[in-house]
Amino acid sequence: MTDARHNILERLRANRPATTPAPATYQKPLGWDREQRIASFVERMQAVRGEVHRIGDGDWMDWVNSELPSRGLRRVLVGRGDIGETVAGRHAAELDVRRYEEPIENWKDALFHDVDVAITGVRAGLAESGSLVLWPNPDEPRLMSLVPPAHVAVLSVDTLYENFAELVQAQNWAAGMPTNALLISGPSKTADIEQTLAYGIHGPKQLITLLVG
Amino acid sequence: MSTTSSSTSQDQSRAFHARIDDALHNDQMRTNFRRALTGIMAHRAKQFPDDAQLQALRDQARAVRANSLVRQPELLEQLERKLTENGIQVHWAENPQQANSIIRGILQAAGAKTVVKGKSMVSEETELNHDLEQHGIEVIESDLGEYIIQLAEEPPSHIVAPAIHKNRRDVAELFKRFHPEIPYTEDINELTNSAREILRHRFATADAGISGVNFAVAETGTLCLVENEGNGRLSTTAPRIHIAITGIEKVVEKLADVPPLLEILTKSATGQPITTYFNMISRPRQPGELDGPEAVHLVLLDNGRSRIRVDAELLDTLRCIRCGACINHCPVYVQLGGHAYGTVYPGPIGLALEPQRIGLDKVGTLTSACTMCGACGEVCPVRIPLPKLINRLRAEAVDGHPGQAGLPGHGSLRKSTEATTWKLWRLLYSRPGLYRLFAASATRLRALTPSKLGGWTRYRSTPKPAPRSLRELAKKEGFGND
Repeated sequence: MTDARHNILERLRANRPATTPAPATYQKPLGWDREQRIASFVERMQAVRGEVHRIGDGDWMDWVNSELPSRGLRRVLVGRGDIGETVAGRHAAELDVRRYEEPIENWKDALFHDVDVAITGVRAGLAESGSLVLWPNPDEPRLMSLVPPAHVAVLSVDTLYENFAELVQAQNWAAGMPTNALLISGPSKTADIEQTLAYGIHGPKQLITLLVG
Repeated sequence: MSTTSSSTSQDQSRAFHARIDDALHNDQMRTNFRRALTGIMAHRAKQFPDDAQLQALRDQARAVRANSLVRQPELLEQLERKLTENGIQVHWAENPQQANSIIRGILQAAGAKTVVKGKSMVSEETELNHDLEQHGIEVIESDLGEYIIQLAEEPPSHIVAPAIHKNRRDVAELFKRFHPEIPYTEDINELTNSAREILRHRFATADAGISGVNFAVAETGTLCLVENEGNGRLSTTAPRIHIAITGIEKVVEKLADVPPLLEILTKSATGQPITTYFNMISRPRQPGELDGPEAVHLVLLDNGRSRIRVDAELLDTLRCIRCGACINHCPVYVQLGGHAYGTVYPGPIGLALEPQRIGLDKVGTLTSACTMCGACGEVCPVRIPLPKLINRLRAEAVDGHPGQAGLPGHGSLRKSTEATTWKLWRLLYSRPGLYRLFAASATRLRALTPSKLGGWTRYRSTPKPAPRSLRELAKKEGFGND
């Protein structure tokens, strides 16, 4: 409605406040080293029932192959990127691996009902808040980290930033945002009944971070 | 003052007091509120162990919001330009009717019959669900709290925790009534799990998703959503259409403005360092992408906001980021609950916002639901001077100079008896001779004080002047006039 647009903007311009407030100042970096970042990330993620496993220099596929079958997470969804290639090429025989390679409309029902766990990469981690930062893309689409009951995220220690403010600046997000960018801090939860925390309402019930490096 | 406006303001006041009466006599609900709010306040306090850091963060958040409001028309145009470049369609609505008809039009054009909704207070302003249902479109609220009150056919009683007035037994009864196939339980984890199962196929099959917006970034054309459950992400990702609706004040200038606002929002609202999900949407599905909606729309709603700019003081109201901290800390809200206010936004922010948005003549009586304790102003993350605003609105509502301010319903609550009383009071206190005569007669004739003083003596004893005034006693003891 062009009239509505015109009227609203006219009213806003006519009633412009006379004073200009002081500009905002922004947070200063915390100056955390690698170990402090790791410690904070692990603590914050665990505080909201996120699982974190330090892989060190080891092979995260060993964790996938030994843990997922024993937890009953056998139907595995992966994307088309490096993580997907690795899982598809090296998964244990008990795991049934499916690639996300066609539009959601073709297999929505199966995604909602026939997948136990999705494994994705992570763009970065945030130490102060214990968050995973994802930029879903054609190789690892948006619903992977959302619909399956469990999500395994492979995070490199080298991509741990202090906080969101540092990340946005360091990676110059203002220059171009993706279709969807996400911060994920723990499994899905709610406190809508008596302010009592309950996990696993609509998104993944389990969020497992494999911290590599 | 005309008879019509007098009867309107009396009706307004009577209806408000009837709701207050109901609320105060609902012991179970008051217990539910007390318990919930005590918990939330403690959680918030834990997030701010260092007061200096909290104050610095508040300054930052206030500055970000204040600057966005000053440049609001330009930022809205920039937002529209960037969103359009990104492929998101922008719509403008002056009032709820326009907003609803835009949304209905989008859905009907796409043949959408079912909608999953993420939480949106702005859609409560427009009563969107009601409108869509009247036109044969099924709407499912997917936030757990919203789903509960949708079953109960009630409006939200809190802007962040909509079902805060319900306890686990209320929820169990609702689930039993609407989902008899699920075994009865009062266990919160089991109830939550039931909701997951109930709503899951809704997400998988809905034609469209509707959501609110927490921040809209002009610089990049990005819509930001803050949530814990994942229902917001599902509503904005699984269906083929996503429609977001928001108030025009939610625009911020740049991406660097978002991290401080996000931090202080989640800490102030629920006492969480961050919510589970922070969802930033800048485009519909692009070629090659395998999921996400093919069409994304943003509806920008005014609904009285653009006139809340009479002066810099009132403009402060629009800095609000809807965290609900003022509501959680309000000693009146904890007694009344959210429904007694009768407006979309309850509590201190409701007292400040709704009379400006809707008119003092319609909801100005709300401003009496305040003890001026100042708690709301102290916790507000963007430093809205709520007590000052509420006081200002009280004064505007009874002001005797019509046309002096641009507030809708200015002076509409003025009562001639009240105005005369205060005029006499002023006269008395500004003339020493008159004052002494009054004090002497009030103390000597104390026996004549009426024993019934209307509303005051319904719950309190009758105040009686002392036999001698303090001034007289002091004089007798040898104290001078200084």
